[in-house]
Amino acid sequence: MINLFYISTEIFLSLSILILLLIGVFKNKSELFIYNFTCIILLVGLAININLNPQFPIDLFNNSYKIDYFTTLIKSVILISAFLVMLCSLNYVKQNDILKIEYPILILSSILGMLVMVSSNDLIVFYVGLELQSLALYVLAAFKRDNILSSESGLKYFILSALSSGLLLYGCSLIYGFSSSTNFDLIYQNSESIEYGIIFGIVFILVGLAFKITAVPFHMWAPDVYDGSPTSVTVIFAILPKIAALTVFINFLYGPFLEMFDQWQAVIIFLSIGSMVFGAVAAIGQKKLKRLIAYSSISHMGFALAGLSVGTNEGIQNSIIYLMIYLIMNIAFFCCLFMLKRENQYFDKVEDLSGLSKNHPLLSLSLMIILFSLAGIPPLAGFFAKFYIFTAVIEQSMYFLAIVGLLSTVIAAFYYIRLIKVMYFDEQKEKYDLNHSIGLKMILVISSTIILIYFINPNIINNFVLDISLI
Amino acid sequence: MNFPIISSLILLPSIGALFLFFINSKNITSIKYVSLFVSIINFLISIYLWLIFDQSSYEFQFVESRVWIKDFINYKVGVDGISILFIILTTFITPLCILSVNSSIKNRLKEFLIAILLMETLMIGVFCSLDLVIFYLFFEGGLIPMFLIIGIWGGERRVYSAFKFFLFTLLGSVLMLIAVISIYWIAGTTDVEELYKLGIDPKYQNLLWLAFFSSFAVKTPMWPVHTWLPDAHVEAPTAGSVLLAAILLKMAGYGFIRFSIGLFPVASEFFVPFIFVISLIAIIYTSLVALMQDDMKKLIAYSSVAHMGFVTLGLFTFTQQGVEGGIFQMISHGIVSAALFFSVGVVYDRTYSRRINDYGGLVNVMPKYSILLMVFTLGSLGLPGTTGFIGEFLILMGTFKKSFLVAAIASLGVILGAAYMLWLYKRVVFGELTNQKLLKIIDLNKVELSILTLLALSIIFFGFYPDPFSNTYSVSVENLINEYNDKLNNYNLQNQ
Repeated sequence: MINLFYISTEIFLSLSILILLLIGVFKNKSELFIYNFTCIILLVGLAININLNPQFPIDLFNNSYKIDYFTTLIKSVILISAFLVMLCSLNYVKQNDILKIEYPILILSSILGMLVMVSSNDLIVFYVGLELQSLALYVLAAFKRDNILSSESGLKYFILSALSSGLLLYGCSLIYGFSSSTNFDLIYQNSESIEYGIIFGIVFILVGLAFKITAVPFHMWAPDVYDGSPTSVTVIFAILPKIAALTVFINFLYGPFLEMFDQWQAVIIFLSIGSMVFGAVAAIGQKKLKRLIAYSSISHMGFALAGLSVGTNEGIQNSIIYLMIYLIMNIAFFCCLFMLKRENQYFDKVEDLSGLSKNHPLLSLSLMIILFSLAGIPPLAGFFAKFYIFTAVIEQSMYFLAIVGLLSTVIAAFYYIRLIKVMYFDEQKEKYDLNHSIGLKMILVISSTIILIYFINPNIINNFVLDISLI
Repeated sequence: MNFPIISSLILLPSIGALFLFFINSKNITSIKYVSLFVSIINFLISIYLWLIFDQSSYEFQFVESRVWIKDFINYKVGVDGISILFIILTTFITPLCILSVNSSIKNRLKEFLIAILLMETLMIGVFCSLDLVIFYLFFEGGLIPMFLIIGIWGGERRVYSAFKFFLFTLLGSVLMLIAVISIYWIAGTTDVEELYKLGIDPKYQNLLWLAFFSSFAVKTPMWPVHTWLPDAHVEAPTAGSVLLAAILLKMAGYGFIRFSIGLFPVASEFFVPFIFVISLIAIIYTSLVALMQDDMKKLIAYSSVAHMGFVTLGLFTFTQQGVEGGIFQMISHGIVSAALFFSVGVVYDRTYSRRINDYGGLVNVMPKYSILLMVFTLGSLGLPGTTGFIGEFLILMGTFKKSFLVAAIASLGVILGAAYMLWLYKRVVFGELTNQKLLKIIDLNKVELSILTLLALSIIFFGFYPDPFSNTYSVSVENLINEYNDKLNNYNLQNQ
């Protein structure tokens, strides 16, 4: 019985999905009820998860599933951000006619998949979690099915993602073949002598994962899918799968493949530099905010990967701080997008921000704080995120990576301040609606305040990651 | 000293800004009075700090240190004889900027004053931070308010100028960030006092020096990365130009003293010829460029580059006179350039033109203005009896000790400086009153008169009696140079 107690979060989520499905089938017009109920389920799941917090690592199911401080932290982050995402996108979902019973249930199942991914200690369990997550997301991307862009993005995401899953699975099979196990601990033990088969396997797995976090050169799908999907789904894409996939990166690299650090480090550095530079350069010409944020998130993932390429505990901890600050900034950014609404129509072009500061001073003030923070200007939170990463990178004397990264922030600063210019220096346009839900306003105010005053006491967020030690 | 006087100096303007944020923006009078009140209180605190400051000690005083990021960085601030003068300069100029907004800022006054007050916090923070990371935070944080000041309230080409300012300075300082982090891993701390004691391994010094230099050179600004300055100055509103010229440029000069010379003596010595060459180019070349300008603000901007060339020249002579001259020149330039930009602002608010050719014969209609502008012009070109003279004289004296040739060429810059300033004065103030618009122009009002008189008096007073400044910094400068020579001798002994 003790085994089941430790996965009560996952069990709770699965039961909730089933119950919600039953309610949805038997009760008419239960969409809104299910949506709200899902928010509550996420909160309860969060409470259960925090309550579990084990003092020492626990292995379950023949050592194929592990629960420790790290996984619990990441799961909590996933659940919190899922809750915030659901809360801030409610009005959007209602007004865009995508509030169907499946919508919240699909989100819940993809979250369940992420939780399984994060905790997995076995290739097969990991793959099951990944597929559960991805399949739900394919449907979500195409959820606005009468819209041609949305359908296109769903199809595109499905085909490319299936390809990457195939590569990943092939990598898994190679690793199984050469280390004769699917269990992470056994792979670690069996792969002490470095064999080419295992290295190939690692590369295939990394390619598959890089696809999920949109690292260059596996990023091509991101701008189209971000742009085509409904904004409420884009915000999920921008945050949740990245947390999960980056955690899996950490689990893989610093778990079974730790011994092969020299082999995979070059791959990660390549992905990191590519993403940082490409994300910064390609975003300059974008005219749509969702495409722009897609490139911006490519670039941010490059920074998070830079932290992982270091090979120290500090690097991992700093990557996770980076991820947390990134998700706060992104949720806040999407809150601003949800507020650009006039007569039930949502706007997402750069020019729609024109002169925003005259009509909506507070909204544009928070958006300005968010954008400066995304650009990494001190003393905002985004600066510290980058600062920690480069502290870890320079500790290992990887100056090239640090210099390229910081120069790319200068390039990236250009398009962020271009948005600020549009908001503050350009002529004003028509006003947007002001009737936003309280949840949306609260999330925006709280997250931009966190970004603004993070520097007063950075330890509050940093303390979460201090206990993580994987090496 | 239990009361955290430095932190309150840093925080007070921000608290004032927060207070302004909650005042209704239509209530213009109370907005002005609150911000003026806050900045004057801050000035009084800084004067009090100066009075209780122990001038006979070179140690950092009023040091506050507390844990900030656990096991990593401490929040540490304090002042010595050099930094306290820059703090006073900051707190002195800021209230004048706030006074001057009356006529020049028409829209979004509240936001403008919030930006000015935030700027004050950041600038004071730069001058008293004793930790490299804290210094970097304040140094870079200034980008945000200044970008907005130029971009929102600037002239026609404000967007271009704001972008250029932002990207140039950001590009310069990211390398400094890498150097700061590297110092942390090389020396194990970013605490400046500790680093002075420990010293930094000479084999890393050259690269670290270059990284710091890239940031300070853009901010100073030194030739050839000075091109953002004329644009930023020209397009910024009067108060913005004043802040830029009077204080922001000094952050880099201060950085040279505190970090480049203090932390990297071996590298500083190594790069002296390089600094001398680009300082001389800055002095001669930008003076010549200034001669050709037909925009008043641009002319003063180029003269700033030339004056800062003198400053870097003086600092890198490593002689008592040279360094003291560099510091004095920075303070003098802070007051004089602020006064000049205010003066340009005065006529710009009346005619909306900065072109020199649109003026002429102002002495007939604005006698008070013409007298005051005369004082500032003479201060800028370094007439004996003004602050400008003392700075330039000391710098040239220090330079003569090092190299006759360099000093001789730099002296040419003094002549050129006199040429462009006097020519500017002649074209604006004397001559025929040809432009019909100027006939109806009104002389200075009370606020403008009091701002400009205050500045003119301080230029003349400290020109005749520089002791209050020189007494404050002389011990610290002496210590700086002794430390510098000791470290250099040690290094040379080890290498023999």
